[in-house]
Amino acid sequence: MNKNQAPVSFKSNAANALNNPSLRTAMRNITSTFGKKRVDAIGDNPFEEWRERASEIRMDVLNNIGEYVDMFSKNATKAGAVVHRAKDSSIACDIVASLLKDYGADKVVKSKSMISEEIHLNAYLEKEGIKVVETDLGEYIIQIAGETPSHIIVPAIHKSRQQVGQLFCEKLGCEFTDDPTTLTKTAKKILREEFITAPAAISGSNFAIAETGSISLVTNEGNGRMVTTLPPLHIAITAIEKILPKLSDLALFLRLLPRSATGQVLTSYFSLITGVRKEADSTGAKHLHIVLLDNGRSEIVKSDCKEILKCIRCGACMNVCPVYGMIGGHAYDSTYPGPMGVILSAVLNGLERAHPLLDASTLCGACSDVCPVKVPLAKLINRLREIKVENGLAPELESIGMWGFGAAAKHPKLFELGQKAANAAWPIARLLDKQTVDRLPKPVPVSFKRRVL
Amino acid sequence: MRVQLFATCLIDTFYPETGEAVVKLLKHMGVEVAFPREQTCCGKPPNSGGHAKQARKAAEHFISVFKGSDPVVIPSGSCASMVKNHYPEMFHDNHRMFQAATELASRTFELSQFLVHVLHAHEQGFVGNRKITYHASCQLTRELGVREEPIQLIRSIEGAEFCPMPSADRCCGFGGVFMAKLPEVSMALADEKLDTILESGADTVTGCDHGCLMNISDAVKRRGVSVDVKHLAVILAEGLK
Ligand code: SF4
Repeated sequence: MNKNQAPVSFKSNAANALNNPSLRTAMRNITSTFGKKRVDAIGDNPFEEWRERASEIRMDVLNNIGEYVDMFSKNATKAGAVVHRAKDSSIACDIVASLLKDYGADKVVKSKSMISEEIHLNAYLEKEGIKVVETDLGEYIIQIAGETPSHIIVPAIHKSRQQVGQLFCEKLGCEFTDDPTTLTKTAKKILREEFITAPAAISGSNFAIAETGSISLVTNEGNGRMVTTLPPLHIAITAIEKILPKLSDLALFLRLLPRSATGQVLTSYFSLITGVRKEADSTGAKHLHIVLLDNGRSEIVKSDCKEILKCIRCGACMNVCPVYGMIGGHAYDSTYPGPMGVILSAVLNGLERAHPLLDASTLCGACSDVCPVKVPLAKLINRLREIKVENGLAPELESIGMWGFGAAAKHPKLFELGQKAANAAWPIARLLDKQTVDRLPKPVPVSFKRRVL
Repeated sequence: MRVQLFATCLIDTFYPETGEAVVKLLKHMGVEVAFPREQTCCGKPPNSGGHAKQARKAAEHFISVFKGSDPVVIPSGSCASMVKNHYPEMFHDNHRMFQAATELASRTFELSQFLVHVLHAHEQGFVGNRKITYHASCQLTRELGVREEPIQLIRSIEGAEFCPMPSADRCCGFGGVFMAKLPEVSMALADEKLDTILESGADTVTGCDHGCLMNISDAVKRRGVSVDVKHLAVILAEGLK
């Protein structure tokens, strides 16, 4: 964790994003489509009951995280995996790089993993001379574009198909087309070769099951299955909070995740991996290593923001967020964007760096309403704003203003004086912040109170 | 019946005509309206900005002013939710204040809530001739769960037409401190809201929160279209039978 970085330039990033018309169009299309599909997929199902139960299960995991991590590690080991505990990003990266070197792998195929983004694994491995190939189509697109994901489920959501066509044309030397099927075929052909020749694979894990020591992958492209069955070495990286207690808990979460994420009733592919390939198995990795990342989580479960760790990374909160929908994910300049990203960035990277992101919310609460595990997102953002103020990170002028406001709220005479002063000083206020003041009506000379009394 | 009116600082400072409409409306329904003169602000602005200490000062003052057993009526979803939902939370560490806040919360109503559930004003009905669309503000809808009441009231206006807007509960981009912190995003959201207002075919947009209506008015002004932006209280008061 690097807690001493300059604050994110969120305000200017957001303003720049607004001036990008193709981004605006892409965001508008996709956020509205997902929102609608989600509602349809939930249909008449007892969503409230489901999410209540899911929230309870996730809370139980967080309340007993130590026990569950031990249980998972013990059972995964019993099944033939090697479990590594990584306290932070650099340790996790180091473990993965050393494993690849030990097995003599100079190339690795990857299925989508936000944890690997969180620890900046690709850059680390490339520096160590290991070639990394992303195999999720969206991840592949942004990898060859040299970008980062702008959405946790749909990493290339910010790109139009014309832009993808151009990119493929430039980087892969194929003829320009903006037909998604042709583009997918092009990528598929290249990736298939990589799957077959890669000596090692890296995946994430949507859920890890304590009871059985299993890891699991929920995907739509089948690349997750290729990655975890073809190469002889499979390294799965996951974070400690992704554990579910029992195998039977999966049923509920597999109902909630695809519905919330992409508005699908069922995911296209689901892989449950328990240990290494057994003698009778026709597929599966011979060696399975699981890296369990902490990266501050053991502390976060003790904080006011504990509940953000219930998150199952479905992305529904960003799909409905008006701010995210307007500016896209890159403006957040952080691994995780949108409402969950604002909170995760603050707790993982520290407020010094992440505090400007707390402005990225109108506190409209649309996120809290859709979250399948009832993370109280708006409440947590509001709580983090309080912590920001407590830590003296709010702009001084704002704090002085709010102090005056607090004093006036307690003293009606002072409050009235303030109202009168606002009316008189409106032209001065306009000089200070013309942009805001011009959007407000002028305070009336005689307040309602004066009129009514 | 007697109620205590909390006018909200926005109405008090910028929109006195809405306050007058609320009084007219309630009086017409046979309600005696008391206006505690010591009232100031509910503390929502410092609360949403993270200035908890200042918000607490406002809350303590509010609780001390709105005493007794008369219902408190508030013509704003976000201020009403502040009192009903946030005050009890703010005082979870102080038993006496928590109890006072909880008691106050139980007799606090947002205006449309009070009109429908207590006064059954929608049964009596109103008159008018506007084509009205309705913006469902965030705290009203999601924190108070008041979704149908304003629409019931609008539908009860004889001679008026209700024109639903798409995504009515999508945030307008006001967000209190948000409008000043990220003005460009705030305006862009208000512009999208205005698109949906125009799409509805209405000549008037209404809502139960002057914060949103202020932001929408600005979008209307910037685009130079002719749409009337009116608080629901004003529309109902002008259509009293
Ligand atoms: S916070 Fe909730 S809605 Fe957002 S990604 Fe996580 S689980 Fe999904």
